[in-house]
Parts: sequence; C-alpha cells; structure tokens
Amino acid sequence: MPIYKAPLEDIKFVLNEVVGAADLAGLPGYGEATPELVDTILEEAAKICEEVLFPLNQSGDAEGCTFDNGAVKTPSGFKDAYQVFREGGWTGLSCDPAYGGQGLPMLVNFVVNELVCSANMSFGMYPGLSHGAYNAVAKHADDALKNIYLPKLADGTWTGTMCLTEPHCGTDLGLVRTKAEPLGNGAFKITGTKIFISAGEHDLADNIIHLVLARLPDAPQGIRGISLFLVPKFIVNPDGSLGQRNAAVCGSIEHKMGIKASATCTMNFDGAVGWLVGKPNKGMSAMFTMMNEARLAVGMQGLGLAEVAYQNAVQYARERLQGRALTGVKAADKPADPLIVHPDIRRNLLTMKALVEGCRALALWVGHALDIEARHTDEKMRAEAADFVALMIPIIKAFLTDTGFDVANLGVQIYGGHGYIRDHGMEQFVRDARITQIYEGTNGIQALDLVGRKMPEDFGRLMRQFFHPVADFMAAEKDNAALSEMLMPFMSAFGKLQLSTVTVATRGFGNPDEAAAAATDYLRLFALVAVGFMWLKMAKIAAARLVDAGGAGANAAFYETKLKTARYYFTKILPQVNALNIAILAGAKPVMDMPAEAF
Amino acid sequence: MKVLVSIKRVIDYNVKIRIKPDNSGVETQNVKMSMNPFDEIAVEEAVRLKEKGFATETIAVTFGVTQAQETLRTAMAMGIDRAIYVPVETDLQSLTVAKALKKIVEKEQPGLVIMGKQAIDGDSGQAGPMLAGLLGWPQATFASRVEVADGRVRVVREVDGGLETLEAPLPALITTDLRLNEPRYASLPNIMKAKKKPLENLTLADLGVEPEPRLKMLRVDEPAKRQAGIKVPDVATLLDKLRNEAKVIG
Ligand SMILES: Cc1cc2nc3c(=O)[nH]c(=O)nc-3n(C[C@H](O)[C@H](O)[C@H](O)COP(=O)(O)OP(=O)(O)OC[C@H]3O[C@@H](n4cnc5c(N)ncnc54)[C@H](O)[C@@H]3O)c2cc1C
Repeated sequence: MPIYKAPLEDIKFVLNEVVGAADLAGLPGYGEATPELVDTILEEAAKICEEVLFPLNQSGDAEGCTFDNGAVKTPSGFKDAYQVFREGGWTGLSCDPAYGGQGLPMLVNFVVNELVCSANMSFGMYPGLSHGAYNAVAKHADDALKNIYLPKLADGTWTGTMCLTEPHCGTDLGLVRTKAEPLGNGAFKITGTKIFISAGEHDLADNIIHLVLARLPDAPQGIRGISLFLVPKFIVNPDGSLGQRNAAVCGSIEHKMGIKASATCTMNFDGAVGWLVGKPNKGMSAMFTMMNEARLAVGMQGLGLAEVAYQNAVQYARERLQGRALTGVKAADKPADPLIVHPDIRRNLLTMKALVEGCRALALWVGHALDIEARHTDEKMRAEAADFVALMIPIIKAFLTDTGFDVANLGVQIYGGHGYIRDHGMEQFVRDARITQIYEGTNGIQALDLVGRKMPEDFGRLMRQFFHPVADFMAAEKDNAALSEMLMPFMSAFGKLQLSTVTVATRGFGNPDEAAAAATDYLRLFALVAVGFMWLKMAKIAAARLVDAGGAGANAAFYETKLKTARYYFTKILPQVNALNIAILAGAKPVMDMPAEAF
Repeated sequence: MKVLVSIKRVIDYNVKIRIKPDNSGVETQNVKMSMNPFDEIAVEEAVRLKEKGFATETIAVTFGVTQAQETLRTAMAMGIDRAIYVPVETDLQSLTVAKALKKIVEKEQPGLVIMGKQAIDGDSGQAGPMLAGLLGWPQATFASRVEVADGRVRVVREVDGGLETLEAPLPALITTDLRLNEPRYASLPNIMKAKKKPLENLTLADLGVEPEPRLKMLRVDEPAKRQAGIKVPDVATLLDKLRNEAKVIG
C-alpha cells in the first residue's frame, strides 16, 4: 500500500518565502487570503486528500468505471468522497462569491490541485473539469446562463465537461464538425459526436453541463468558424429544478492505460438543446482565455504524481535491504544495507526530489502571476504578469507533465520488480501520469506554442518577463559568496538559453521548420533554466536563513537539505542544457532530410 | 443550554515522537501539532448537540502557547461558536487546568462540559474528573454515546464485556472515548467564518489561578529497544525456555 502525506512544509516555504504569496491579501477581493488562513485551508485540504481521496486511489484504479446502457458508474467510494469534497466547499475555492464561491486566489486552488492529484488524480478530474466549465461560463456567458449554472458548478451539485475532441479532430480543432442550428427561441440544436470526453457521464452529480465546440450553419471554414455552446444533460426548468433529459448521451467509455476511475466518454449529441456562450464564431478565443488556468492545472497533475511517487520511493529505499554499501557495511545488524546507501539509488532519489521541488516553486511562481494578472490595481503590473504567464504556461504544462512521468518512472525503478507489479501502486503513478503529456494540448504542441507564438510575439516582449528578472537577480547576487558555486553553472546555462533563443528565433524566421524542429529541445532547455532560477532563489533564501539562525534553529535541517538539493540540481541536472543546446544548434536538416517513405 | 469544551494542542498523533537528548522531555520544536484527538471528538459532540437543538451556544477553551489559538480556530471552523484563550508558557498540570476551568465554568454557566478522556501527550486523564470534583458535578467518563433530554444526560460507556448506560442531571461533565463520533472535516466556508468568530483572551491571573506544579518530571526515556530474537534448535528447548526463562508457561 502506498503512502501519501501532503508536503505542506515545502509548500509553505514556496508560498511564503519564495513566491511571497502574502501580498495576494493586498489585492482587491483577496483580503481574506492571509498566510495564516491559507495555512489552515491547506491543512484541512491535506486531511481530506490523505484520509478520504488517497485510500480510494488504488481501489479506483483496480475497479475502474463501468458502463451500462448509457449510464456510467464510478468506482466504489467515489460518490461518498465527492460528497465530502463538495460539502466541504472545495469545488468553489476560487470561484466568485457572487455565485457562492469562496473567492480565494487561484494560487491556493493550484496548491490544492497538487494535493488532490497526488492523492487521487482520477478523482480530481471531476471537479477539475467542472472548474474549466465554470470558467468558460463565468468569462463568456450572458447573465441569464451565469445565474442558472454558476452557483451549481461552484458548489459542485452539478459537474462540467469540455467537449472539443472528435474522432477526426484532436489537435487540429479547425476540423470540428459538430453542428449547431438555431431553434429560433434563442437556443440551438447541437448534433455531432465528441470523443474522449472526461467526466462526460457519471453518477457523482445530478446534472452534467457540457461545454461543446460546434459550428453554426453559416460559419467560416476552419478555426474561425467555431462557437461554444452550453448543453446540459438535463434541461433546467425556469424554477431551477431539473426537467427534460437532453439528447446528450454517453455511447461508451474508453478502456485505457491510466486514470481508470475517470470516465472517458464518447458523447453523442442528437439534436441536443444548447445555448451559445460568448459570440458566434468566437469559440476558440473563448477557449484561449481559460487555457492558461487549465494548462497550469494539468501541470499540477504531473507535479502531484511526481510528489507521491517520490515519497514512496524514499520510504522504500530506506526499508528495502539489498546489497552492501561499496565503502563498507552501513547496517551491521541487518542482513544487508538499505537501498538508500547505493549511489545509483541516491542519484535517482535526488533527481526526483530536485525536480519535484524545483517544479513546485516554478509552478507557484506562475500561479501567483495569474492572480496578479487578474487582480492587480496597476495596469502595467497586470500587463507584465499577463506576458509572463503567457510565456511560462507552455513550459509549465509540458515540463511538469514530462517530469511527472519521468519521476513516476524512476519511482518504479527504485522498487525494482516490486514497482512493476500492482501491489505497491508505483506502476499506477506511471500510467496515470502518461495522459498529462497528451491532453490539454500535447507537449509537442506546447513546444510549438512556445517557439511559434510566445517567443516571436512583439519581438520578444514576453521573453523579457523572464530574461529581465533573471538578469537582475544575477547582477544583484554576483558577489553573494554563498551562491557563487551555483551562480557559475547557472550563468553558463542561461547563456545557452540566450544563444539557443537567438538561434531558434532567427533561423525560424527564415524557415518555420527550423523553429518547429528545435521546439521540444528548446522548451526543455528553457524549463531547466527556469527551474534552475527557482533553485537559485531557494538556495539564496536557505543560505540566508541558516546564517540568521547561526546554523541552528528550528528549521536548520530543512534549509540544509534545500542547499544540498540545489547543489545536486546545479551539478547533476542542469548540465543537460549543454546537450540540448548542441542539438538545437544542429538545426532542422537532420530532421527534415529523411524522405517520408524512407522511414 | 451552553456547552463548553476544553481542547489542547498536542503533537500530531501521526508524528513519531523523539525524546530530547538530555531526557528532559519530548522534542516539540518543528514538530507537527494538532488538536488532541479526543478533544476533536468533544468538539464534534458539542457541535452536534447544537445542530440537534439541545445546545444554544458552544464554547471552546484552551490553555497554551500562542499557536494554540489556531487550534481554537480549528474548533470554530468545525462549528464551535466562540473561544476563550488562556496563554501559558509551559504545560499546565491537570489540577491547575481543572481549577482554571472551574473559574471559567462559573463565569459561563454551561449546562454540559465535554472534555477528552485524556490528552495524548501527557496521558494523565485527570483534568476532567478533577474538574467535576471541584464543581461537585456528576461525571460520566469515556462516553461512547451521549443523549440529552429533559434536563438530563444519558451516557453509554464501553466497559469490559459490554455497555454501561448512565444517567445524570445537568449540569454534568462528560469525557469522550474514541467511538463517540467521527469528527467532521471543517468546510472551507466555515474555515473562513471561523476567522471572524469571537476569541476572548483571559489570563490565569484573571481567573485567579496560580500554576502550582505539584509533580516534578524527573526524566523521559524511550521504551527499551526490542532485543533480537534467537533461534532454538528444537521444540524441547523452546518449551524449556518458555517455562524457565520467560516463565510464561507452568
Ligand atoms: C484520457 C483522455 C481524456 C481526455 N479528455 C478530453 C476532454 O475532456 N475533452 C476533450 O475535448 N478532449 C479530451 N481528450 C482528447 C485529447 O485532448 C486529445 O487526445 C489530444 O488533444 C490530442 O488529439 P489526438 O488524440 O487526436 O491526437 P492528434 O491530434 O492526432 O495528434 C497525434 C500526434 O501528432 C502530433 N501533432 C498533431 N498535430 C501536430 C502539428 N501540427 N505539429 C506537430 N505535431 C502535431 C501530436 O502532438 C501527437 O503527438 C482526452 C483524451 C484522453 C486520452
């Protein structure tokens, strides 16, 4: 049986010391979000995740969802757990108080996302998709729709879905075929088939609100002709009660590699009644405005799985006795030494730890900026935060989910054969993590977004939001003796990022294949530098705290460990940028040279 | 009727306890603290009594360091109406707690006091019975079911080999056992509301109580480590050892 304890100490460190989340309480509407209240909230969230959601993770995976004649049953225990989660008000954490939400910062919601996904990623899909639907309605629907749907989505009585994908149409949403015809009474008739719809049908809530991309009769071809519609499973009567069953029916559920307790549904819309959300033909831009939050949330899924895999790997490495330390017996009273004495095991554990903690810091930095973008009173601050978020989102989505998978995979390795079999739950983390690299825009598409859209925008305006703070930090800390051992490798890596940025930008300008062929390597290089920057910041804080405390004090061990982990990151992980840089400089030719038929 | 509960902030029950190197006590620095589990049950019971309409107001009291106020907020997030915080630097002994609570009870006049059967740090289990003694109230300890009706409280206790049902007139004191209820998770809206609920500060001096320790703690030691076992060659040796060394069979 795997274990999970919410890593609150590290989260609080990042929130309070690295990101400075206390300032959120100074933003309009966030007055309540003081560090003390956030602490209390996270402690309660941790309890529910550890005690209610986590115990259902393995059983939910083994049992899966079942489909019977249009109805989907979630695994045993999910209904009760959802009830606890919903009644606790967790579904509405960052929703608008005007619609019954708690109005807390998005940043707090992201942290809770991490905990939920560590505990039970499949479970997290249901409230996660609802939150996406809530955002779509909140940002784009008219008041009539908002008043009917937002309170129920916020309090979780109803759940939501995002219906984009069709059999012939995944990444390329311009191919959407689902039709919407006006009924004359303000409503529309929706007809088409959507596939892979998470939470499309289930037994957790009374009603399911589908947000569906479809095409109006006179719509232009391609991506500019797509509109967004709200299609409820049950039509809502004027008095708010549930009326007629709508013709939006689940045809089947997928059998799949992971997140087996999350229902992945084929949804058939056979003239279902729906309402337009936002303007005609502006469905894609409506999706774009909520994409940042959704992609960061998927990044948190990757992070959550990496965290839980790491926790279990450490425990196992301490307990499993196998072999003797090369430099002499460590546990003489035992038949063998614990795994944790072996350099290769330590290398794996440290890689996991350094990536998990570094990614957490990076994600919460970006999450914090999302709140600044949404709420700051100063327009310039909002605009800069928006640029920073836009730049970092593809990096967060792709790198955190790649890391989620890689770290979960290392977790299996540490368990050896015991990781490959089901009992310890380690292989489940790998299977669950795999989808995060695919949905919400595959990681390849994230890389294209970075090099094709974010990098060139306004001659690198977005890039400055990362490059400038880094340059400022390096200038300010150049004489900080405590940091010099880390600043040196970081500056070298940052140089590689600058060089490859210029290379990709200039070559890509002449030939887009140049940018596209470098995209994935470039995103990874960028991410490694960005995580390195977080490790620099964390090391600076840790070193200063240790000096303040004279090397002792309550948290000395915590800060010592941070410094050691930072050193590992700078010496053993960050050097990967060198190889990536060389590969990027090699250009597109080796990739494009091969004729398709020669493969 | 008011219901008063007392709560204590203790080392979280999940934490592996470490003894200070000088054997002067348990390491509490940088250790996760939370509400004593039996007190959580007391809080839950009080909140349920209010929800059922038996209690008009619920009050939680704690004696503790500054952070113990967070524990009071937790109790209020679970549904307690207001709290009283009495700052103390070091752990109070049971008798001092009982004397101070007596003063608070006299001031607040609750119809029922609910306390944990023991705090999991000191394991003394004395504060409740001492308070009942000082107040001259009936008490029912280790409650596993509580019903209030017509100015009386009925308490079911799990005793060896069965259940015992007691009844007492109010006001009365109850201490909770593990199976009395399952404490709820605080909801997010209630966590936020708890911030605004009244939290009154009182000092021991206000209550006219002096912390007069009667007991002196000499030292704290870890339990003896389990010795490694031995292999015996045959059943006869085993029997011999059980009979003559372990003396567990005759
Ligand atoms: C478990 C699960 C849950 C899902 N939940 C939902 C949901 O709730 N709602 C929803 O609408 N969809 C959902 N999806 C669908 C998911 O978002 C899509 O699978 C994803 O967008 C990719 O589309 P596709 O599978 O058609 O792959 P394709 O688009 O066919 O892509 C195949 C491969 O080609 C690459 N590729 C495609 N185009 C390009 C390009 N232009 N340049 C370079 N590479 C390219 C992709 O990166 C990918 O590697 C879910 C899928 C799964 C498996």
